[in-house]
Amino acid sequence: MSKLFPYPLLVVSLVVTWLLLAGFSLNQFLLGSITAIVAAWGFAALGPAKPRLRRWDLLLKLFAIVFYDIVRSNIAVASIILHGGKRIGKSNFMAIPLDLRDPTGLACLAIIITSTPGTAWIDYNSARSVLILHIFDLVDEDAWLNLIKNRYEYLLREIFE
Amino acid sequence: MNQAADLPIWAALLIALFLLIGAGLTLIGSFGLYRLRSFYDRIHAPTLGTSWGTAGIITASIIYFSVMESRLVLHQLLIGAFVIVTTPVTLILLSRAALYRDRAKNDPGVPPLDPPNNTSEISNPEKEPTPTHNNTHTGEV
Amino acid sequence: MSAAILSWAVTIAQIALAIAMALALVRMIKGPRAQDRVLGLDALYGNAMLLMLVFGIRTGNSLYFETSLIIGALGFVATVALAKFLMRGEVIE
Repeated sequence: MSKLFPYPLLVVSLVVTWLLLAGFSLNQFLLGSITAIVAAWGFAALGPAKPRLRRWDLLLKLFAIVFYDIVRSNIAVASIILHGGKRIGKSNFMAIPLDLRDPTGLACLAIIITSTPGTAWIDYNSARSVLILHIFDLVDEDAWLNLIKNRYEYLLREIFE
Repeated sequence: MNQAADLPIWAALLIALFLLIGAGLTLIGSFGLYRLRSFYDRIHAPTLGTSWGTAGIITASIIYFSVMESRLVLHQLLIGAFVIVTTPVTLILLSRAALYRDRAKNDPGVPPLDPPNNTSEISNPEKEPTPTHNNTHTGEV
Repeated sequence: MSAAILSWAVTIAQIALAIAMALALVRMIKGPRAQDRVLGLDALYGNAMLLMLVFGIRTGNSLYFETSLIIGALGFVATVALAKFLMRGEVIE
């Protein structure tokens, strides 16, 4: 079973992509499934590390939190730009030590941080596991540290590690 | 636009709302890109367009085509997924390149190659990647 | 009535996105450094992608969706290649 379908989630998402692009019909479903399964074999030949999802339920919570934060920071950054770049704090770099080691978890953290306006992922040193962020409106460094560590990293570690 | 006359009014209002939110935020983002002073400030501006700018216009497009064709049209979500996956890649590569170039220029405004020791002391964790439950097959990707 | 609302909203959105593209283009031309230009290009193709989606709503033709995907894919590859070039292509002294 796992030989035939080495990456079930990859197969499912490829079939869904295929159906969205080509339209929903039985023929397209069969064609898409064959393509996706062959693609998954090809992917398995590369032998990438399999990410493990431990807690599916927390994924929804993470989505909700990130959705809310993105809406909030969109408004914040848009109003700063409209006021000609005047803000309470100032933009600066900030180093954050991370405990998250899982590559998939780090990738998710990168997506969260980059898609939230106001925070930018600048550099990650994997040997020291220190992340350098650039914060658009940095008032209280501890608040940001708390946000990244307790709000995102904690959940990501629960999900992936 | 010709067949839009038979669109119900709530759909038209909803589409207009999402279109204006999306286009407006994208415009503000590009304005910030034009206006802000330093590169590291400017890197925040286009993320307005890639987060709610894109989300607004995709939502408008989904509502429009779904109502027009009286079935759920969702292929625009692919663009959303594509943008979510690609934005971090481009922005992280670009900011790393900028950091590298600024360090090569000895710019005092950017963090040095080795962060000061007091920040890395905290990270010295008891936590190593613990190989627990390696045999569970639930949720493999 | 609904046609009028939609037509106004689409026109305003198109104008806003066109101005956004122009601003990104200005940033791309002005620089001042290479990374600013690449960031301008990144914003430019993102805005072009959204403009194509709005064109799709205007004409009711879902063909623009494919155009939008292609713009996104090509722009992504271009930005990654340019960013990589900025990392590796310059000799440090």
